[in-house]
Amino acid sequence: MRTILYLIRKEFLQIFRDKFIGKAIFAIPIVQMLILVPAVTFEIRHVRMCIIDLDRSVESGALVAQLEGSSFFRVTQATFSEKEAQEWMHRGQCDLILQIPSDFGKNVGNGVPTRLMVSANAINASHAQLSWAYVNGIIRDFNLNLLAGKAGNLSSVSPPKIEITQRYWYNETLNYKYYMLPGVLGILVTAIAFVLAGLNLVKEKESGTIEQINVTPVKKYQFMTAKIVPFLLIGLVDLALGIVIGRLVFGIPFVGSATLLFFVSFIFMIAALGLALFISTFTQTQQQFMFAGFFFMIIFMLMSGIFTPLESMPEWARNINLLNPVAYIMRINRMVMLKGSTLSDISGDIYALTAIAVVATLLAVWKYRKTA
Amino acid sequence: MKRFLGFVKKEFIHIFRDYLTMIILFGIPALLTLLFGFVITNELKDVKVAFLDLSRDEITQQLTDKISSSGFFIRSSDLNSYAEIDQVLRSNNAKAVIVFSEDFGRKLIREGKATINIITDGSEPNMATQTTSFISAIAADFNKELAGTTMSGNLLVQPEVRMIYNPTLKSQHMFVPGLITMIMILICALMTSITLTREKEFGTMEVLLVSPLKPIQIIMGKVVPYFFLSLIDALLIILLSWGVFGLAVKGSLLLLLLEVMLYIMMSLSLGILISSVAKTMQQAIFITLVGGMLPTVLLSGFIFPIESMPKVYGWISAVMPPRYFIIIIKNIMIKGTGFLFVWKETLILLFFTLLFIGLSIKKFKVRLQ
Repeated sequence: MRTILYLIRKEFLQIFRDKFIGKAIFAIPIVQMLILVPAVTFEIRHVRMCIIDLDRSVESGALVAQLEGSSFFRVTQATFSEKEAQEWMHRGQCDLILQIPSDFGKNVGNGVPTRLMVSANAINASHAQLSWAYVNGIIRDFNLNLLAGKAGNLSSVSPPKIEITQRYWYNETLNYKYYMLPGVLGILVTAIAFVLAGLNLVKEKESGTIEQINVTPVKKYQFMTAKIVPFLLIGLVDLALGIVIGRLVFGIPFVGSATLLFFVSFIFMIAALGLALFISTFTQTQQQFMFAGFFFMIIFMLMSGIFTPLESMPEWARNINLLNPVAYIMRINRMVMLKGSTLSDISGDIYALTAIAVVATLLAVWKYRKTA
Repeated sequence: MKRFLGFVKKEFIHIFRDYLTMIILFGIPALLTLLFGFVITNELKDVKVAFLDLSRDEITQQLTDKISSSGFFIRSSDLNSYAEIDQVLRSNNAKAVIVFSEDFGRKLIREGKATINIITDGSEPNMATQTTSFISAIAADFNKELAGTTMSGNLLVQPEVRMIYNPTLKSQHMFVPGLITMIMILICALMTSITLTREKEFGTMEVLLVSPLKPIQIIMGKVVPYFFLSLIDALLIILLSWGVFGLAVKGSLLLLLLEVMLYIMMSLSLGILISSVAKTMQQAIFITLVGGMLPTVLLSGFIFPIESMPKVYGWISAVMPPRYFIIIIKNIMIKGTGFLFVWKETLILLFFTLLFIGLSIKKFKVRLQ
C-alpha cells in the first residue's frame, strides 16, 4: 500500500511539474464549457427566405406577411426572376425560395385550388425538412383563415378535431444548454484523463524510464494503480468543476443525487483509463498512442449520442455502443443531472460499465510486461 | 536542394518505418468515413413511446396503431396511471408518453373535439420537438381521414416542395464534408506538431540546427512528406464517399483538389505553430486533441448550423478555419459551383496559412535553451 502511495505522489509531482499541463488540465475544460455549452441549438430561427411574388395581389401580400410574422422566417430577398433566386441560393444567401404564381390572388378569390412552389436547400436534410414543415403549417393556417372568411355564408359544421397539447418534462423551456452541458462535460473529462494517462505510460516507455521501474520490486498491479489514480482524481475534480459552472453560470439544475453521479463517474473513469493504459501497452511511441487514442476518442465521442440520438443509429452501431463507455456516461450524466434518475433506473448501465472497467484494467495489467 | 531532398527522404523513411502509424494514418480516415456516414444522423427513428390510454375505445386504439406503425416510434409500454409517467421517462424506457384523456372517442364524436397530451423527455430537446411535431402530423392525418373527403377539396392553397441539391434527403450530404474537414485538420496538425516537438524533446533538433540545413529547410522537410500523405488521405475519403454513399463530386475535381491542398497546407502550418508553442509532445497533443477536437466539431458548422447559434458565435467561428473549408467543399462537391462562388473563403484560408507560417517563423528559435 505504501508503495502505491509513493508512486501516486511521484505521478502527481510529474504531472504538475509541467506548468502548462498543470494549468491546462483545469483551464481547458472551464474555457470550453463556457464557450461551447451555449453555442449549440438545433432550434430553427431566421430561416432566410427569398420570395418570388409574381402576383403582387392582396392575397399574396397577406401570405407573405403571415410568413414574415413567424419567428422562423426572415424574408431576405424579393425578386421576380427565378434565375436570380436560384443564384442567391447557390451563393448560400437564402435557404428557402417561395414562388407565388401570377394567378394566385385570382384563383384564391374564385375558390380555384392553386399551387405554391417551395424550394429548400436540402444539404442539411433535417434542417430542410423542419423548415418545410413550418412553411406547411403556416400555409395550412392561411388556408383555414381563407375558409373562415368564406364560411360566413356556409353553415358552420366543423368536422371533429383532435387537438394536441404538449409538455416537455425535465426541461420545460427546451433549453439546449441543459442538453449540451452534461454531454460536453462528459467528453472533456474523458479526453483529459484518456490522453494524459495513456501518454504518460508511453512516455515512460519512449524515454526508457519504464525500465528503471521494471527492475524495482514494484508489482504490476501497483504500477498500474499508480497510473490510474491520479488521472481518476483529476477527472473527478474536473467533473465537479463542470457541475459548479453549470449551476452558477448557466443555471442548470442538478436534480438527482450527486453521490450517485460521482459513484458512476468513478467506475466510468476506471473503464476509460483502463482502456487508455491498455492501448498504451501495445504502442511504442507517443505518436502511435496519440493516433490510436485519437481514433478511439473520436469514435467514442461521435457514437456516444452527444449530438445525435442513439435511437437513429442502425442496429449494428447500437451493438457497438454496448462496448462504448462514453455512451453510458453520456446517458447517465443526462439522466441523473436532469431527470433525477435513481440507482435502480440506471442499474443495468452500471453493471455494464463495471464489466467494461474490470475487463479493461485486467487487460492493461495483463498486457503490461515487466520486461523490456 | 540536394541536401533538402536527402532530408525529405530521411523523413519519409522515418514515417514508413513505423507500421502502426502508417496503418492508423490510412485506416482512421477510411473507417471514420464509413462509420459516420452511416451512424451520424438526426433522423427520427425507433423512438420509444409509452401510451397512457384512459379511454380505451376504438378511436384511441386506431390512433395508437397508427403511431406505432409509422416507423418513427416503437410502442414500448402501456401505462395505467399518471403516476407511472415519471418512472418510465426517468429510466429511459420511453422518450415520450402519449396520453389520451378519458372519454376520448366519445368527446371527439359528440363534442367534435378531444385532446391528446404528449409528454416528452426535454433532456433531449431536439428529439422532443421532433417527436411532438411528428405525432401532431400523424394526428392531423387522422383528422383528415375522420373528416372524410369533404374537407380536402376545400384546401385552396396547396404547397409543393422541391428539395434542392439533395432530393433524397440523405444525411451524408451534411456529414461527409464535415468529416473530411475535421479529420484533415486534426490529423495534419497533430502529425506536424508531434514530429517537430519530438525532435525538440529528444534533443535531436539541436543536431539538425547545427547542420548546414537552414531552419526553413528543416521545417519544410518535416512537412512535405505529411503533405503528400494527407493528400492521399483526402482522396481516399472522397473516393469512399463516392463509392459507398454515392456522393459524387459535382463540381470540378481539379478545383476540389487544389482547395484540399490549400487546406492541408493551412492545417500543416497550424501544426508548425503549435509545435513552436509546445515544449513537449505531451503538450502538443494536449493542445490539439483536448483543446481542438470539441471546438472543431461544434463551432465549424459540422453538425450544428452556425446560423442558428447566438450572434457572438458567428464571430468566434469566424476564426475557425474549418468553417470556411466546409463551405468550400459543400459548394464544390454538392452544389457543383465554380471558383467564383468560393474565392472569398479560399482567400481567407490562404490568409490563415500565411498568418500561421508568419507567427511560427517569429516564434521559431534557432537556439534551444
